[in-house]
Amino acid sequence: MKNMRFSQAIDDALSQAMAEDRRIILFGEDVPMLRRNLLVRFGPHRVRGTPISEGAFLGAGAAAAMGGLRPVVELYMIDFVSVAMDALLNHAAKVEFFSGGTWTVPLVVRAPCGGGYGDGGQHEQSLWGWLAHIPGLSVVVPSTPADAGGLMLTALDYDSPVLFMEHKLLSEIWLDFLGAGGRKSVTYDVPPAGREGPVPQPWTPVPIGHAAVRREGEDISVVSLGVGVHQALAAAEIASGSGISAEVIDLRTVSPLDLETLRSSVSKTGRLLVVDEDYQEYGLSGECSALLLEEGLDFQYARVCTQSTIPYAPELERQTLPNTDRILDAIQGLFT
Amino acid sequence: MAPDIWSLYALMAKSRAYEEAIADLWKEGLISGEMHLGTGEEAIHAGVLSQIQEGDALALDHRGTPPLIMRGVDPYLLLRELLGKPDGLCHGQGGHMHLYSKEHLLASSGIVGASGPAAVGFALSAQHLRPGSVAVAFFGEGALNQGMLMESFNLATAWKLPVLFVCKDDSWSITSESKRLTPGSVPQRIQGFGLPYLEVDGLDVAAVWKAAQEGLYRARNKGGPTFLHARCVHLEAHFLGYQLLRITRHPLREMPQIIFPLLKSFISLRGAPINERWQGLKVIFDSVYKTLRDPRQSPANDPLFRTRSQLPPESVRLSELEGAIQKEVMETVARARKEPVK
Repeated sequence: MKNMRFSQAIDDALSQAMAEDRRIILFGEDVPMLRRNLLVRFGPHRVRGTPISEGAFLGAGAAAAMGGLRPVVELYMIDFVSVAMDALLNHAAKVEFFSGGTWTVPLVVRAPCGGGYGDGGQHEQSLWGWLAHIPGLSVVVPSTPADAGGLMLTALDYDSPVLFMEHKLLSEIWLDFLGAGGRKSVTYDVPPAGREGPVPQPWTPVPIGHAAVRREGEDISVVSLGVGVHQALAAAEIASGSGISAEVIDLRTVSPLDLETLRSSVSKTGRLLVVDEDYQEYGLSGECSALLLEEGLDFQYARVCTQSTIPYAPELERQTLPNTDRILDAIQGLFT
Repeated sequence: MAPDIWSLYALMAKSRAYEEAIADLWKEGLISGEMHLGTGEEAIHAGVLSQIQEGDALALDHRGTPPLIMRGVDPYLLLRELLGKPDGLCHGQGGHMHLYSKEHLLASSGIVGASGPAAVGFALSAQHLRPGSVAVAFFGEGALNQGMLMESFNLATAWKLPVLFVCKDDSWSITSESKRLTPGSVPQRIQGFGLPYLEVDGLDVAAVWKAAQEGLYRARNKGGPTFLHARCVHLEAHFLGYQLLRITRHPLREMPQIIFPLLKSFISLRGAPINERWQGLKVIFDSVYKTLRDPRQSPANDPLFRTRSQLPPESVRLSELEGAIQKEVMETVARARKEPVK
């Protein structure tokens, strides 16, 4: 075991895989500078910068994957996927189906996501529910360095497209690049266990579609992912002071969702709270409850999500995104 | 008609003074995330904005401060917005990349190239509802590779819409040199759309003014769109805290954390042959070297300095003008911060 920071872990797992598989190539805007450590080891043929042409390079990533490569295409932010959505929605996600299962698209799209550092509503979205809505796409959202590296390893080996989302509050690279910019005068609410932690060496894969129980409990299942997991753990700790035993589940993967872990937890606790930084309506939080209702479970339910466009002002932003106070209120609300 | 350098300089100096104050707010941590300034672009903005009339629309990118100030948006409201206050221009909801003023038909976006379709739509509404009015799109040269912008060039030309496309070319797309990623000739590319192409030195405010006058005249008189290509230097590079500038400004503090992981990776077993690794290293060193040969160090690349040098030095009028701007900015910043004037 070794200690690594979040993005360092992803890059490290990537470099392990790149050393073993020449088909893995990396491209995106500013990638030569952002992934400079990979550039000087694997060279400019495999680590490439792109013009600001998301529609072209994301679409090209999908077809390069069909052509036999294993591309990792980077977007500057998941918000910018909108510009290139056709590549995912109508192509990457559908080729395997259209070809009768004969042609797969082993594409990894790596993109920073999430808010909490004052960048406003066009740069802080999560959008994983929007993407997971599309059949044929897998979406992973790690919350620790160990999971980030392990999930990247699995994504690289996966035969269908994987959206790999890297929360900017956890990523040391993105938080400095887009947030602090070298300043000491700003602080962000960064969960320490997500920012840095022990990782296996060499890397071993973390399976896609498997949630992790981060804290065992009897009275309520708090389900989250990304930064929300750490906020849920903090809220669970406080709730234990008032005698509530909360189980915290880190989904790690939005799609495919780990129904088995959800079902066994909620059958035990009879209460489900979904903490989802993505938009509330028509998303992951509703999907969790729908799946469990289809299973015939009877449970009490609440959710803490983002209900509007994310405002720029720090205090408005704090109230809009899920936070420990909101989660605690929602936990307590299910016991009154 | 010749431009009035005094009034253009006044617009530029005021914008610069506000942006310097904004940089201080950012450094103090009162602006939490990114901050993209337009310092270095002022001559381009002043040359165009000085000819904007009531009814004209502005489609802006993520460097909105200079055009807002020059268009006459209340700087107090702008500062309150940047400080994230409920009485700000957009009630603290937008922030510096998402500034809007319906009153001024002015909309910004943080999505590269998005000002293209916006200007086309504004121009379409002008064609129907405000004949003689125009729409201006501001964007950087990095946006020239964005599909929606190229599609907008085509649409504006096909529909002969009153648009002035203004490309503020600082030759860098964040950390990438634009010419490496934009092959071919920009003039030929633009002319290929049937779009009249004007190229000017974006540091020369009179030249920008004249070119903008030509484009705006064409647009106002049903002659269709024009592309104005103006080169400039971003004095703070892409945004405040830009890593390559930090390296050049504080090499001892910034270099070690970059160079050690880089060298460790460079000598790692398993990977590309040594010549490809060298090529990779060269890409990094090239960017650092080009930033080290910092064009910002030469006052000749500062449009404010260039314009000021055209005015009579040490004249009473100049010192009065600069004194008045300084006073206004200090007072407005203090008011926005709810502090006494320093």
